[in-house]
Amino acid sequence: MNSAIDVHRLHFAFTVTFHYIFPQLTMGLALLIVVLKSLALIKRDELYSNAARFWARIFAINFAVGVVTGIPMEFQFGTNWAAFSKTAGGVIGQTLAMEGVFSFFLESSFLGLFLYSEKRLGPKLHLLSAVLVFLGSWLSGFFIIATDAWMQHPVGYAAGPNGEFLLGSFTRLLLNPWIFWQYLHNMIASVVTASFVMAGLGAFYLLAKRSLEYAAVFVRVGVFAGLAAILLMIFPTGDGQGKMVAENQPVTLAAMEGLFETANGAPIALVGQPDMRQLKLDNPIEVPDVLSFLTYKRWKAEVKGLKEFPQDTWPDNIPLLYYSYHIMVGLGTIMAAIMTLSGFLLWRGRLYSTPALLWTLLWTLMLSIPLPYIATTAGWVTAELGRQPWLIYGLMRTMDGVSPRVSAGNGLFTLLGFMGMYMLLGILFLFLVVREIAQGPVAQGPSDGVRQTESVRTENDQVLLEGRTR
Amino acid sequence: MGTLWFWLAAIVITGYVLLDGFDLGAGIVQLFVARAEYETGQVLNSIGPVWDGNEVWLLAAGGTLFFAFPALYASAFSGFYLSLMIVLWLLILRGTSIEFRPHVDSPLWRPLWSTVFGLASAALALLFGVALGNVVRGVPLDQSGYFFLPLWTNLSPSGDVGIIDWYTLLVGAASLFGLAEHGSLWVALKTEGSLQERTRSFGARCWAGYVAISVLMWGASFWIQPNLIKQFRSHPWGLIFPATAVVGMIGMRVLSSRRQDLEAFLASGLHLAGMLTSAAFGVFPNVLPSNTSQEFSLTISNAATADHGLIVGLTWFIPGMALAIGYSVFVYRHFAGRVD
Repeated sequence: MNSAIDVHRLHFAFTVTFHYIFPQLTMGLALLIVVLKSLALIKRDELYSNAARFWARIFAINFAVGVVTGIPMEFQFGTNWAAFSKTAGGVIGQTLAMEGVFSFFLESSFLGLFLYSEKRLGPKLHLLSAVLVFLGSWLSGFFIIATDAWMQHPVGYAAGPNGEFLLGSFTRLLLNPWIFWQYLHNMIASVVTASFVMAGLGAFYLLAKRSLEYAAVFVRVGVFAGLAAILLMIFPTGDGQGKMVAENQPVTLAAMEGLFETANGAPIALVGQPDMRQLKLDNPIEVPDVLSFLTYKRWKAEVKGLKEFPQDTWPDNIPLLYYSYHIMVGLGTIMAAIMTLSGFLLWRGRLYSTPALLWTLLWTLMLSIPLPYIATTAGWVTAELGRQPWLIYGLMRTMDGVSPRVSAGNGLFTLLGFMGMYMLLGILFLFLVVREIAQGPVAQGPSDGVRQTESVRTENDQVLLEGRTR
Repeated sequence: MGTLWFWLAAIVITGYVLLDGFDLGAGIVQLFVARAEYETGQVLNSIGPVWDGNEVWLLAAGGTLFFAFPALYASAFSGFYLSLMIVLWLLILRGTSIEFRPHVDSPLWRPLWSTVFGLASAALALLFGVALGNVVRGVPLDQSGYFFLPLWTNLSPSGDVGIIDWYTLLVGAASLFGLAEHGSLWVALKTEGSLQERTRSFGARCWAGYVAISVLMWGASFWIQPNLIKQFRSHPWGLIFPATAVVGMIGMRVLSSRRQDLEAFLASGLHLAGMLTSAAFGVFPNVLPSNTSQEFSLTISNAATADHGLIVGLTWFIPGMALAIGYSVFVYRHFAGRVD
């Protein structure tokens, strides 16, 4: 932690990890809110409108934190990674600037309308504004993935006279083959998060025996959306992403899988701890030949192990990379099992007829809310640690990208500042969300959102007021 | 092509200052004019649906600099590291305070966030002025194209400078008063009754202070940045920019005293645009002047990316911004009229 490079890496890792807790919910939730609002229009049932309003309030809190923690991300390219920005700005500056111009304006304009103006817009235009917010947030995801994809798999660039990278082909930048699977994998992951949150909260209300009619809707929409999404995570998007890594970053694949020795018919390790001294996997539980099959569709295909590659091209934290990847895959499997079982029981109509089963499943759904957040974070750690030691794969090393004049001391100062600020933000966020959940979905007509002067009096406020007058 | 993008970036930055400027101003104004929490609520409602969209102009400006002038983006953002991080923290505070405030109706909660919102807005207005002052004064760039400024040294704008010195602080004060004025004109436009009256008279006092500070600032600027005089001497047509600023400055006061709130607000916008374009014109063709030697200055030609990238940028920037302005017009028209 004494070197500037470690401080700057931790700075970015900490701020981006905290930031991404919020967009991963809002991007998926935007889609589910569109679903709820469409159901309200199709079924002409006010229940769905009220459900959508409840989720819009949760969305608004998450969105606000996502916005304020997102701005530091764009700035940090320049502040902490100046050498990288100077070298690559001509290329990735394009996609980052496009995010601002094409998605943030769209998203922020129509979010204002969506939150503040339901009554004046009427149901159809209000649905349209929800669709546009959804579109804006998914476009935003596209430009970020396009930027990351270029760092993972640089294409469409030309070398400039001073060692910088210039835009070579705009279409190749936007049609980078790396984007396709990573974008789908990431966006569907956001649907998984939103679905688990929706189903989990529905389960909570059912177990707490309140807001029952809403809770049933949340569980139904959450489970069916979550089932579809989690299956798509594994196949084809996870599979496609894995093949992309195998093809373009073979050393990363070996590190993720903890494969030290090249093998014809490589085993897949379910459990084990990478031992970086003896270069082997300790206490492994392995299934033979499966890695070869998953990667090349042949049981005896050759998969190259880490020892095949020069050590200075190995990712610099192989154990963390290995664990992150295994956590993502492990949790993904568990989530798929939960959603498959819940979906099957809901579909067969058994869920509500067997009390013991119902009770077990509802508790499972409620306690599963953190799982997609952990899996998504682990997935991003896998992608970004897997790219190491490169900042731009094969072209620029991470240690060469850092700001030459920003010292470790100044970096640590602002890192601590962000930690303090985000801890405060996290506490406030939880306080507001828990309050919103405690209030629960309520039957109300279309209102023009949370107005600054609106008096929503809760029991707490009542106590406060009475305390004052007594 | 670089020059075109210099002016496009200047336009986006101006757009940010005009739009988010009144949000910041409204934040400052409510500290002084709102007598009760519901009046604060009215002021904040007037910017509630639009502040986030206005802030996007800052991101668009950052993105534009990033891809069009990567060397400038890298050098300036890392060189102003500490002040930019403080700006980020203030942006976080003001964003959360306005969004979190309405969620809990309690005599503890709302005044807390109104105050945080006001103080963060004021500090941002000040710091944006300080940043502009730094660009006009110049920074200690060397042949590497990088620099690093401490927050302050001995407060002198020559020699071993820091981000804050008396000159940049003067520009900061001008920005604070100017944006408070801009915000008060917006609030006067969006409110009615005694709140509106108080806002108008607050604006009038702001204006007087602002004029005094501006005169000092203009004098100091010509003294500190010789390129300003050189530019206006060699291209006298550039005087149109400061002239616009003066017309706007007088206009906003006259119109506001006649209770033509919309026209006064637009005049203030015209004034701010005149000020920023004057500054841009004054540093041109530099994008970040060096205060040690002109040969180390970052200029349009040595900071811009290659022409191909800039031309490609135009193909999406123009339609993209046209769309963005389209949404904004729609949103502003939708929320036109006074808040209740």
